[in-house]
Amino acid sequence: MSTASTRSPAPVKRSFTAEASEYVNDRTGLAIAIKGLGRKAFPDHWSFLLGEVALFSFIVILVSGTFLTFFFQASMAEVHYDGSYVPLKGVEMSVAMASTLDISFDIRGGLFVRQMHHWAALLFVAAIGLHMLRVFFTGAFRKPREINWVFGFTLFVLALGEGFTGYSLPDDLLSGNGLRIIDGLVKGIPLIGTWTSFLLFGGEFPGTVIVGRLYALHILLLPALLVALIGIHVVYVFIHKHTQFAGPGREPTNSVGPPILPIYAAKAGGFMFIIWGVISLIAALFTINPIWNYGPYDPSPVSAGTQPDWYIGFADGALRLIPPGWEFVLFDRTWSFNILVPLVVIGIFLLLVVAYPFIEAWVKGDTREHHIADRPRNAPTRTAIGAAGVTFYAALWAAASSDILATHFSLTMEGVIYALQAITVLGPFIAYFITKRVCIALQKKDREVVLHGYESGRIVKLPGGEFIEVHQPLDEYDRWRLVSYESYQPLMLRPNARGKITIGQRVRASLSRWFFEDRIAPVTQGELEASHSAHH
Amino acid sequence: MAQDDHSGAELAAADSSHAAPEFAGSTGTAVVPYDAFENPGFEPHRPRVTDQDPRREKRAQRTVYTLFYLSVLGSVWAVAAYMLFPMESNNVDAVRLNNMFIGFGATLALLGIGFGAVHWGKSLMTSAESIDTRHPISTSEATQRGAVEVFRQADEESGFSRRTVIRNSLIGALLAFPLPAVVLFRGFAPQDELPVELLSHTMWKKGTRLALDPSGVAIKASDVTIGSAFHVIPEGLTDLEHGKLEEKAKAAVLLMRLEPDELNQTPERESWSYEGIVAYSKICTHVGCPVALYEQHTHHLLCPCHQSQFDVANHCKVIFGPAKRPLPQLPIAVDDEGYLIAQSDFTEPVGPSFWERN
Ligand code: FES
Repeated sequence: MSTASTRSPAPVKRSFTAEASEYVNDRTGLAIAIKGLGRKAFPDHWSFLLGEVALFSFIVILVSGTFLTFFFQASMAEVHYDGSYVPLKGVEMSVAMASTLDISFDIRGGLFVRQMHHWAALLFVAAIGLHMLRVFFTGAFRKPREINWVFGFTLFVLALGEGFTGYSLPDDLLSGNGLRIIDGLVKGIPLIGTWTSFLLFGGEFPGTVIVGRLYALHILLLPALLVALIGIHVVYVFIHKHTQFAGPGREPTNSVGPPILPIYAAKAGGFMFIIWGVISLIAALFTINPIWNYGPYDPSPVSAGTQPDWYIGFADGALRLIPPGWEFVLFDRTWSFNILVPLVVIGIFLLLVVAYPFIEAWVKGDTREHHIADRPRNAPTRTAIGAAGVTFYAALWAAASSDILATHFSLTMEGVIYALQAITVLGPFIAYFITKRVCIALQKKDREVVLHGYESGRIVKLPGGEFIEVHQPLDEYDRWRLVSYESYQPLMLRPNARGKITIGQRVRASLSRWFFEDRIAPVTQGELEASHSAHH
Repeated sequence: MAQDDHSGAELAAADSSHAAPEFAGSTGTAVVPYDAFENPGFEPHRPRVTDQDPRREKRAQRTVYTLFYLSVLGSVWAVAAYMLFPMESNNVDAVRLNNMFIGFGATLALLGIGFGAVHWGKSLMTSAESIDTRHPISTSEATQRGAVEVFRQADEESGFSRRTVIRNSLIGALLAFPLPAVVLFRGFAPQDELPVELLSHTMWKKGTRLALDPSGVAIKASDVTIGSAFHVIPEGLTDLEHGKLEEKAKAAVLLMRLEPDELNQTPERESWSYEGIVAYSKICTHVGCPVALYEQHTHHLLCPCHQSQFDVANHCKVIFGPAKRPLPQLPIAVDDEGYLIAQSDFTEPVGPSFWERN
């Protein structure tokens, strides 16, 4: 690759690109990367863009956040505000709050950058969430991508951490209240809670150190982890090559799409600028987190109807749904189940999310690599589980706005909470049931279309006088999109080599039955022929 | 690869013959029908309008460069807006305009590049798709065995599993060495203070006057009319040099006056109120938000954070929501000058529950 210069003494006119790449390659050996990756196919689908949205908004967060660090001062020392925002002049507040106000009112474009940072953060978490849903519902977490799912999940948790620490930094009334809730939550943890809170806040709440500590996490530790993990996550997308949906010519053994250079680069690069532009437009038009309306933190006042950033909502909602009285004194100690239960339930929920790929793989016993994305309907149980999870999350999330729901729809607070308690518990089951039925109905419909063609909308009158609608047969390409999936059957219990049936195997068999007993198999050639001969 | 003896390989009617051999692996319980359809191969390539119609191609080209020029315009505009819309003191509108016009410029600059590049890619760049072959992620079995062999050899040469005493002492050392680092975290909080101690006391003492929040002006009993509610802090809190917020976070109180016969007081607390005036901690017993909303006609206090409700007429018992304990009551009285004073500190820790509380 790099031998050209030594070999050819004859002066040949060469392009600038060739010269430059030779210069760089002689010193770095990077040509192998360009040659290897430059023309790689990148499968295309709108849903594959969600991860990119997350990545691109993260870049905005990094750049805008760096700008903000030049002005923000993470100190809780008390000052009397003396900036341009007149209503707060002379008010006692922390340096953190005052410097955030300065960014907003005394530095041109500062408010714009601050709002870009906040909006991009909201978009970042949302995009990660949607991206995870895409990966889940298309089964893109299957071998060999299980570990990358874990990395992605970790990124989601880190993003939540970034969001919450960032939200707390301005030390305004809302962020202080958020921290107060964290303090109360931590104190409710058995055994270590009181001391953990004490150490976290450097003494009693609110103390004078928490903003500085969260700042260290927010701009150093968490971003370092995020950058490193995003790097690994994306490298593995390259190593695995992106999944693709089934389609003519697409095989488990190939990867089909526009080449990275130039089309994918143009489209993804352009898309990156579009995302940036959209964030910029939102920041230009819509105020976010107007701390000057809230004022500095004070443990006494609070206003009704204030909301945390959206991604914290589910945790806040979980706290609200606990019925009265779940706190006991036992063995001379306080057991705050009104705090423990939400923490544990959310913990289990998150554990199930991160463990799901491994559970499904174990149930299926399928050790092949899977590179063709499932259509959600073709994995009805998985899709239904996903819908149940989404419903659960949504119910918790809605609960965080129970007061707004109540006042907005003139309901009683109690009524809203009771309804949401019911939805949180029953909703997932209902969602599971409905989704599974819908998936199976759609699969049956697909079979129908493959076997008998689709309805053409053309009505003809038969010689006998009856009317029928002409069914148009599918061409082989469209048919392939509908039949190229695999179905699984329930595991049959068999004794192992030592003639025993282990408990693990029993569990696996019953999970397998649950997953696969309503199985709709794809149409085979034989079935299609049979249906044709039945018609004529 | 099918080492999993629970795998369904032996039972499924699976036939993975059509899968590429290098992607071998157990099909598990997958059903692979013997007469599945064959992949028909790629659809014939469909040219785009810009491939066929030179006028369309020209137009697309014009669109792309116009977008890029618009982007330049946006950048220039953002710089101009920076200068044209200064932020003036006491003028929120100026701030808003500065934000908006810089933002519009940046938006145009970014969207121009974005849409231009995407349009270029979609309508003008050669549209043929690439096809890559996938290879199994796993390296060859020989390499894998090689890696295992490296470890085995290293173990052999170092004697890691043979020399157990060395190995175990090393593990012990490795477990012990982070301990000092953990201990350092004790320094996160002051050495001479204990949390339980601090949480059990507030600024209120016998004789402390009840004062208005935030002004710190002492309150006379005669100022508290029936039906009213006051946000209260201990007198002297506003003069504190240090720890003002910490004290306030514990000592904040709500003062309300009801008709004396509306109060259902227990006998031992009858002396804690004064002519229907009662004082309760404002810090929610759930996770500590200020319980700031008082509904005068029902005598209910509402915590805005998670909607716990407390009944003032019944010693602030919880009537709804996740909180368990009633808000602690501050015993009050009136001094010679008619000011409301505390009889003592709270008789229990205020605020959120904690483990050592009993
Ligand atoms: S803090 Fe008052 S209800 Fe949660």
